[in-house]
Amino acid sequence: MPKITINGKEIEFEKGMTVLQACELADVEIPRFCYHEKLSIAGNCRMCLVEMEKSPKPIASCAMPATEGMNIKTNTNLVEKARKGVMEFLLANHPLDCPVCDQGGECDLQDQSMYYGVDKSRFVENKRQVKEKYMGPLIKTQMTRCIHCTRCVRFATEVAGIPEIGAIGRGENMEITTYLEKAMESELSANVIDLCPVGALTSKPYAFEARPWELKKTESIDVMDAVGSNIRVDTYNWEVKRILPKLNNDINEEWISDKTRYSCDGLLKQRLEVPYVKKNNKLQKSNWDEAISILIEKINTTNPNEIGGHIGDMVNLENALAFKKLFSILKVTNLEFRERNFYINSKEKSNYIFNSSIKGIEEADLVLLIGTNPRHEATMLNARIRKAYAQRQIPIFSVGDPGDLTYDYTVIGNSTDTIKKILNKELEFSKKLLSSKKPIIIIGESALELKSGQYIIEEFKKFLKKNNFINKDWNSLNFLPQNASTVGLIDLQILPNQKEKNSFFEKLKNNEFKVLYLLSSDNLDIKKNNEFIIYQGSHGDRGAEIADLILPSAAFTEQNGLYENLEGRVQECKKASYPIGEALEDWRVFNLILKKLKKNENLSNFDSLRKEVLELIPNFTKLNDLPSYNEIEFINLPSNFVSEKVIIKELDYFFTNAISRASKTMSECRQIKKDSKKTGTDNL
Amino acid sequence: MSLKKVHDDQPKEFEFSSENLKKADDILKMYPEKNKKSAVMPFLYLAQRQNNNWIPLAAMKYIANFLSMPYISVYEVATFYSMYNLAPVGKYFVQVCTTTPCLIRGADKIVKLCKENISPKENEISKKGNCSWMEVECLGACVSAPMIQINESYYEDLDEKSTKAILESLIKDKPLKPGSFRGRKNTSPEKKQLESGEYRA
Repeated sequence: MPKITINGKEIEFEKGMTVLQACELADVEIPRFCYHEKLSIAGNCRMCLVEMEKSPKPIASCAMPATEGMNIKTNTNLVEKARKGVMEFLLANHPLDCPVCDQGGECDLQDQSMYYGVDKSRFVENKRQVKEKYMGPLIKTQMTRCIHCTRCVRFATEVAGIPEIGAIGRGENMEITTYLEKAMESELSANVIDLCPVGALTSKPYAFEARPWELKKTESIDVMDAVGSNIRVDTYNWEVKRILPKLNNDINEEWISDKTRYSCDGLLKQRLEVPYVKKNNKLQKSNWDEAISILIEKINTTNPNEIGGHIGDMVNLENALAFKKLFSILKVTNLEFRERNFYINSKEKSNYIFNSSIKGIEEADLVLLIGTNPRHEATMLNARIRKAYAQRQIPIFSVGDPGDLTYDYTVIGNSTDTIKKILNKELEFSKKLLSSKKPIIIIGESALELKSGQYIIEEFKKFLKKNNFINKDWNSLNFLPQNASTVGLIDLQILPNQKEKNSFFEKLKNNEFKVLYLLSSDNLDIKKNNEFIIYQGSHGDRGAEIADLILPSAAFTEQNGLYENLEGRVQECKKASYPIGEALEDWRVFNLILKKLKKNENLSNFDSLRKEVLELIPNFTKLNDLPSYNEIEFINLPSNFVSEKVIIKELDYFFTNAISRASKTMSECRQIKKDSKKTGTDNL
Repeated sequence: MSLKKVHDDQPKEFEFSSENLKKADDILKMYPEKNKKSAVMPFLYLAQRQNNNWIPLAAMKYIANFLSMPYISVYEVATFYSMYNLAPVGKYFVQVCTTTPCLIRGADKIVKLCKENISPKENEISKKGNCSWMEVECLGACVSAPMIQINESYYEDLDEKSTKAILESLIKDKPLKPGSFRGRKNTSPEKKQLESGEYRA
């Protein structure tokens, strides 16, 4: 490996690194504003100047490739003077409004001017004033503070794939703006807030809410979709003030989607604080004792066959297991977690997870989407596909038309016939697929919901196995679930028996249930007839609306719990706050029920639940790691082919779960998206 | 300052005329297909020529679609360069060079005359006629400073008297002939250098 000398210390570096990266290897800190690891290099802030031997001038280390034998010095007078000079110029037009700036306390400019700047200003001229720009309901702008690092411009163009931000004018008059001040139409737009090194782009919903040092920070997991983005939950007392991304290169890199970030205000609204009981056709406040008594009375007087249970989209594994145990004590078998009836082969883990892994997308050389819109179903995964597309222009194909995905793709067909043709090698595409080395086939829930859902996944598996696309190093077959709980709940074997596969949905449709127990389940399509509906959850949403009995429980930020993401990675969601009012964690509620039933010996406690969960999960390695396989088994399942259209169910992106539906910010985003659709994007 | 503020009253539509469309095709031929967005600058210039010397937003969108570029990129280019006008200018668009050589030779007096004769403010279309004026940076004719550019013609070697005559001729819609106003041919020296090194008229 080549060597470079930094401050007299010789270190080895990898070819292709810049001087700045080499300095980081040597544990030498270089101040920077415009440079960002995940973005292209701009080299326009000049803060990273260092001295290079034989160069008459200091060099911008972020843009200079490191080469063998370079001698870099970062602690000389020249460097210090250069940094001071750059800092002084940056501050020349920067307002002195730190006391009223939301970035205060986590501002790169503030921190670096403390370390590298001068303590007073020599600038006596007028500071420039720039008008605020409108960038949508999430981003608050204060463009006078902008130092033109262009991180936001590069992010929008490169990562989000929505080239809508740009720098207009030049020199002193340069301004950062969206095209004609439109709201940014991206699900990743709010990441520019984290990227902005100053207070020019700050969070609108979080404006003037808190200072960073007042907040308690908890590293946790997001449950808005099945990706399991790593997040940091910032709380002030009980209240979740904001959610920020946490770096995890395997999953979400440094970004999170807007829904992940801004649904948190939904945690404060429409909360269920006490149990409710329906009396005289009206829900009335009650207490745990009364509520549980009513529940037990109902259950005791009902045949277990006429009781149904449904587990919602954001339930963690411990609670789900406790629920399953409660149901087995009650001898109830009708337990379901899917919101719509789609095909799942739960015999083998690799049948229902994203086998190629999110990071693996970067290695792929061909992507085929079948009945899925990853942009809405798994935003961060879509960002990864876009990254692969932007870096290597990999060909992307789709069966079914998902609309704008922020990258170019080819629709090869809209019906299941196309899939049959691919498998029979009748299409031009089959050749491309066979000649690729690491293809990725992503099958969405919409595809598996079809009558030929079983055909699609089973036949594709056979096809891929035959052509050696499923082997020890690479598994091309991927299922893209939509909910955070899906993969984990399949692992806990909550899926009903294969034989009576449709029984739950059929019974539900035919109103055969007398008692329906909804565990945080709000997305199930229920036509209520005479059922007694018990809703246990955190929000007064669709489930609570039709309920006869409401038991309040904790939201995902208010309890510890495991979630399994779409790759089969088990991650821990941590308690950042505590349940509101009389709400309890779900497993505690089940204990209350068991106690009343006088079945004390079956009481669960959290640690034993977790232990049991981890034992139940097949192919489990360790927390935060991918599952491992010895040998992938193949069972030939006969499947029926039905010629039908592949329709991708449109998700109401900002309104997919109880928390986001309660969020004011999300409904604003939704409204703006609707309005912009109505008028089209082409209205000047 | 240049005309970088987008005009409030924008035309709804813009399209290249058939003549310009032909020119546009010729321009495109100069660049490889994958780099066709390089044509954005000549395209903007074409649009400006076609649309009375200014570029409406509709034209930027038209060009963006023409070259498959994001709107913002075209907008960035149009706002960056000072010779693209983003708001209407007069039929006679007077650009006064006020960079050092011209300023030393009395450009400030020309600016004063423009203020008196055309409009008190830059980029304002005059009441009397259809002129507007603007201060610009060096136009590259320092050898015949001070000078002004009216639409596409250079008026050089000016003084107060000649400037006034030019401006009045514009207001009357009968512009004078461009060139040197001190009788110079092109930029030839007015004095002849003798072999002894002296100069003589």
